Amino acid sequence: MAENAWILGIHMTKFGKRPTDDVVDLASEAALGALKDAGVGMKDIQVLAAGNLRGGGGLAQALQKQIGQTGIPAFNVANACATGATALRVAIMAIKAGEADFGLAVGAEKLSGVGLLTGNTARAEGDEWTPAGRFGAVTGLDGRTGTETMPGVFAQVGMEYGHKYGGASFELFAKIAEKNHAHSTLNPLAAYQKRFTLDQIMNDVMIAYPNTRSMCSANCDGGAAAVVVSEAKLRTLSLEQQRRAIKVSASVLTSDPWQAACQVLPDINTLTKAAANQAYEQAGLGPSDLDLVELHDCFATAELVHYDNLGLCETGGAADFCNSGATWRDGTTPVNVSGGLESKGHPISATGIANIWEVCHHLRGEAGDRQIEGARAGLAHVIGLGSACGVHILEKSAA
Amino acid sequence: MAEPVPMVDYLILDERPHLRATLCSDCGATYFDRRNACAHCGGTSFSHQDVPTQGTLISFSIVHHAAPGIPTPFVAGIVDCDGTAARGNIINTPPDPEHVTLGMKVRLATYSLGEKAGVEAIGYGFEPA
Ligand SMILES: [Zn+2]
Repeated sequence: MAENAWILGIHMTKFGKRPTDDVVDLASEAALGALKDAGVGMKDIQVLAAGNLRGGGGLAQALQKQIGQTGIPAFNVANACATGATALRVAIMAIKAGEADFGLAVGAEKLSGVGLLTGNTARAEGDEWTPAGRFGAVTGLDGRTGTETMPGVFAQVGMEYGHKYGGASFELFAKIAEKNHAHSTLNPLAAYQKRFTLDQIMNDVMIAYPNTRSMCSANCDGGAAAVVVSEAKLRTLSLEQQRRAIKVSASVLTSDPWQAACQVLPDINTLTKAAANQAYEQAGLGPSDLDLVELHDCFATAELVHYDNLGLCETGGAADFCNSGATWRDGTTPVNVSGGLESKGHPISATGIANIWEVCHHLRGEAGDRQIEGARAGLAHVIGLGSACGVHILEKSAA
Repeated sequence: MAEPVPMVDYLILDERPHLRATLCSDCGATYFDRRNACAHCGGTSFSHQDVPTQGTLISFSIVHHAAPGIPTPFVAGIVDCDGTAARGNIINTPPDPEHVTLGMKVRLATYSLGEKAGVEAIGYGFEPA
């Protein structure tokens, strides 16, 4: 039996515009916050995993040079929007393998003012038609054979679900954004804390139908970090540390298995279903045992399909589930009570730890105004297009 | 004038322009890109298969904001061509949700990308059938 892992300390920085902080500042703030929360120091940490996508690489060592060069193994990870969850997964694997008692996972990103994440820029055109690349293309294909923009790709993901099962209207997708923006008003660390009406959301600037601007994840700066500890070590720590520690009941990372058409439109469903099923199996819990879920609402159109992928509703029933109000914070399955990526914000590499922080905050009973009362179990999910999917199930300490 | 060139190598410009998929000889998985091996079964033997030019629009997005230099709005679509899914813009119809709907029948259509060094390049999309 592999060693169990627990979250001993966790921290999320304020998300938003952080003009005077660089990536290392954000990572340091998150890491020092997590260490303080855990009641340990860098000298205790035996493995470090850090992720950042847009800062040029090597965040782990850059962070060590600010907060503690102790010579431990450092892993720099990159897995698109699942980078934070991947860093956490690396630290947890080291604990489970018995190679470390304490691990630190960090994710940080500078994304304020980046604008639309388009995937690429238009190809420079020469004086002749020259076939290039894996499609033998004589011109840039973005905009010619579909879209490389994230809002457009994820719009198609949601629309495909609508074609398959029906009920997925523009208004339905907008309702998801309405909920998440409303939830964010209770989260002081969210990049935006502004409520919008359904009309405002539907009449906002259209980015990629059916996703308007307020249905897209908010680009912002931020960091998040977690200290993980082995169960054996945890039992030697103070009663207060044991009381606040959160059990990692499941930690799963998947990539997408081959499916027909998965290379034509990214299939973010199969790998999420696989990750969720493995996670429920590991935890010995089912979707009905979850008191809250933080899922990857990079776009409103994505949140809808993940209700189904995570088994929160019946197969094909995501539209009805959404319309029932179940996913509001006073519903049966509160989803993204943090405000989600649409309003809390999406500093890509921090996201996969920030969602764990949100769940832990509730399980510890420390979530203040937005506390889900009596929360005992929660799930955090991220997707990095490409794809990678991280699912963690967390449980309150019985002690 | 020289023979026109296709926008991508899987667009075949014969009398009846069509898409041509790369077919795994072992498992039948289809691809449009240059292959190293089959991502489904690992096979390394491939043949070609003509893709039907008629299909059903199974997903789309009307893209209003794209990378600099890419004209908007345009409709990015996924078309089920009798079992083979293909990407393509929905063309020759206004890019709005009144004219583009899930489940609509479409067919392959070609258009000129213009001329360079005396050679015309031909692109493709799907138009309402
Ligand atoms: Zn094959």
